[in-house]
Amino acid sequence: MPSPVNVPELSKADQDRVTQVGMDLTLKNRCGSYLQMDQDIVQAECSQQGIEVLSFKKAMEKYDGMKEYTWQAVSPEKDDITRYVAAQKDPKGYVIIAHKGSNNILPIQACLYLGREQIQHVHNIIIAEEGAELHIISGCTSGAHVGKGGAHYGISEFFVKKDAKISFTMIHNWSENIEVYPRSASIVEDNGVFLSNYVCMHPVKKIQMYPTATLKGTNSVARFSSVVISTPGSYMDIGSRAILEGKGASAELITRAITKGGTIISRGHINGKTAGTRGHLECKGLILNDGLIYAIPEIEGSVVGTELSHEAAVGKLARDEIEYLMSRGLDEDEATATIIRGFLDVKIAGLPEALQRQIDSSIDVAEKAGF
Amino acid sequence: MLHIEDLHVKVGDKEVLHDINLHIDDGETHVLLGPNGSGKTTLLMTIMGFSNYTITEGKIIFKGEDVTKIKAHERAKRGIGMLFQRPPTISGLKLGKMLTAISKSKEENIPELAKSVHMDKFLERDINKGFSGGEIKRSEVLQLMIQNPDFIMLDEPESGVDLENISLIGTAIGSLLEKDKYLIKRKKSGLVITHTGYILDYLDADKGHVMCDGEIKCHGNPREILKDIKQRGYKECLECRHQ
Repeated sequence: MPSPVNVPELSKADQDRVTQVGMDLTLKNRCGSYLQMDQDIVQAECSQQGIEVLSFKKAMEKYDGMKEYTWQAVSPEKDDITRYVAAQKDPKGYVIIAHKGSNNILPIQACLYLGREQIQHVHNIIIAEEGAELHIISGCTSGAHVGKGGAHYGISEFFVKKDAKISFTMIHNWSENIEVYPRSASIVEDNGVFLSNYVCMHPVKKIQMYPTATLKGTNSVARFSSVVISTPGSYMDIGSRAILEGKGASAELITRAITKGGTIISRGHINGKTAGTRGHLECKGLILNDGLIYAIPEIEGSVVGTELSHEAAVGKLARDEIEYLMSRGLDEDEATATIIRGFLDVKIAGLPEALQRQIDSSIDVAEKAGF
Repeated sequence: MLHIEDLHVKVGDKEVLHDINLHIDDGETHVLLGPNGSGKTTLLMTIMGFSNYTITEGKIIFKGEDVTKIKAHERAKRGIGMLFQRPPTISGLKLGKMLTAISKSKEENIPELAKSVHMDKFLERDINKGFSGGEIKRSEVLQLMIQNPDFIMLDEPESGVDLENISLIGTAIGSLLEKDKYLIKRKKSGLVITHTGYILDYLDADKGHVMCDGEIKCHGNPREILKDIKQRGYKECLECRHQ
């Protein structure tokens, strides 16, 4: 087990926020940990045999620039965010490598904490080599009292090799004045599985992300799930994309979005390029207070034998459902919260129970606060 | 237990129940018969307190208290419960989670109760999603077992249910209505809508009422009324009984 993290400069309130995004400061239930506060790397270690957690810089030194991986899934020329990160002379972020055949039962945690910096930038590379299984929980948060605002630019490149699996569970808890720009992409080889789960239940000024999985391998699989609540003043432009190239590749993209007055642009795109591929996209939105949920599901098939479907629905809570629960003795608020909790309850096939519990716990916190 | 006086109910702009009077004593089970669209379900939904049903005149007294203006959950807390004919499907909400929410602090053994009505394998399923007719009714009965109301309204508990399930559901409802107790010790009351009368084999009903066009037209022995209706249909039955 890695050593517990010593973060004396974090107030109790901020420690709570770090815990809420899934970070276990005692590290009892984690096999590895990466903690970056602003641009300072506080911890990068892993006790699991066959798995390395390194700072980006150290990994570049150790593996001769990692040319096989660096900027191979995400183009440095993609947009202003990638160009900004690519231009950094001292890039931060982490590299996690699950070497061939390794498997972490306890997940690795990665915490990116934004306190004082105007812009926090990271470049992460996550690799599961042949036959490896790697589970990561990534918690991103800012100090409870970040006054001047700030931004987080995060590049994440995932490589899922033959017969390997990566699950990446990202929980965000930013503040009203923080802008967040993740730029993520994954490349999945034969029989590889990539699971990406995203939870954001708290205010944020702006999030813009559209992670893409390219399923190159035969029978490769990607599953994205996103559970978000947008409060007044929050602008969330979120989405996920799967490109089905390998024979038998399949993808599932699921979003549950609730607006309480904020904006959610929920994008999804599945591109079936090869026969024998399958994809399903599902976006369900609830409007609790006037705001905006703009669902843009796209399915694109260009060959005979790709099967793609989508399902999108945006609406309000059904009165008959609320009153049905009320007839069982729940008051209106309890009935509403129970239905919302169910709406957000997305179970991800293949996700370890501990990570599913973490996702559930994040939603529970929001439920206790009355959503 | 329940006393309804001069009740008039509107749904939207249309009055659908006119001048309903009904009295159900402690321990009694009454049967409500009537053709489709006559207002039977409307009466049950009104007693339960659903907001689409507006009481324009009259009152509902439950255990001596006027509950006409209180909301559904307050009525449920006072002991009114209902088995729905077509309950809504709630995506994402698992039956087990709902039962936990209903049970609140009561120490119910949910898995054990679920097993008794063959619903133990449904606790992780979304409520009513893909349930068969029998499964819906068993889920409703299970919810009532946990809720344990003093006055139970049953809206066609046998509709869409095969004979084997009717026996299971009927026995469970009979137990909820304390039909297994001596008459003198029976405190729970019921109001049952039925078309076939199969459920009456398990409920031993005390009184029957026939509703037509939003009015209760006649009262009597439930099995005799049912027999008349089966032989002559509603129209002739009512004409005969009004003579």
